[in-house]
Amino acid sequence: MVLAELLPNVNELFEWKGVLFQHTLFELNKTGIMALVSTLICILLFFVGSRKKKMVPTGLQNVAELGYETIEGMVAVEVMGEETGRKWAPFLATLFFWIFFINIWSTVPFIQFPATSRIAIPIYLALQTWVIFIFVGFKHQGIGYIKNSLFPPGVPKALYLLVTPIEFVSKVFVRPFSLAVRLFANMTAGHVLLAIFAIMTSQLIVEHNSGAFQIPLGILPFFALIAMTAFELLVAVLQSYIFTILTAVYVNESIHPEH
Amino acid sequence: MSQFVSLAVTQADALKSGLGSVGYGLAAIGPGIGIGYLVGQSVQAMARQPEMAGQVRTTMFLGIAFAEALALIGFVLKFI
Repeated sequence: MVLAELLPNVNELFEWKGVLFQHTLFELNKTGIMALVSTLICILLFFVGSRKKKMVPTGLQNVAELGYETIEGMVAVEVMGEETGRKWAPFLATLFFWIFFINIWSTVPFIQFPATSRIAIPIYLALQTWVIFIFVGFKHQGIGYIKNSLFPPGVPKALYLLVTPIEFVSKVFVRPFSLAVRLFANMTAGHVLLAIFAIMTSQLIVEHNSGAFQIPLGILPFFALIAMTAFELLVAVLQSYIFTILTAVYVNESIHPEH
Repeated sequence: MSQFVSLAVTQADALKSGLGSVGYGLAAIGPGIGIGYLVGQSVQAMARQPEMAGQVRTTMFLGIAFAEALALIGFVLKFI
């Protein structure tokens, strides 16, 4: 009850006033600026990294090549096979690094707010994946994509009564929904957790309203704060990896229906 | 009189939001068990056949995505 009275409404953690171009169509708040800055970092990393290509890579070229090859090897080729994987690797690497650079703001000091904890960015990403895997399905299998995805071959005929509605709901609603909500919920929960431990530490160590005996108690949430920040780093990488690998799996299913 | 009505309304709101949290907790039980079992079995498979580790990992993430969807639906229902 005491903690609940200390805390303001949780929306105050996530709502930001417009900073640039106020009262126009292009009004930007902290979230929008962070997304734009992440895009710039992404472009700069790979543009500068690939500008002067050397046989033995040094500096930024090393970072860019290592990152790209990790995604190409661990996600694209692993899921889609050698030929299709190499073709789709640029898209998947772009997706991974954009989500990663947005997520990682949650642990950068003095910013500490992942822009993916506003639902707009995850919804945009999930809809993009959804449109792409359905479009690729129609492109590679023609109108047979509907038949292949709703009536999977090798299933006894009576089971289609059960399988077809499940497949339909899964492909049309659950896939984009779970992609968007997974990213959003993980980043939001992490941000709230960090905020709560930070408030507890500040109340116990800095304010200590009801006596100095509170200061030793504050050590506990302080170490929890440090541990949770490390955990948030892991979550930021893991969520972008999961989003990318699921995109690869869905697109691969549209390209090779028999697998 | 009206303040009692408004008090009752706030309490009903608080109860509703509390019930939503309990519902999310219930919705997280099944996927929690499922994901734990799934990852455990995948680790066992990777330990027994390290050369298949990549394929097992991919399938594991796909399975986690399916199991986790139920918990995510519960999470969203809390806000409705």
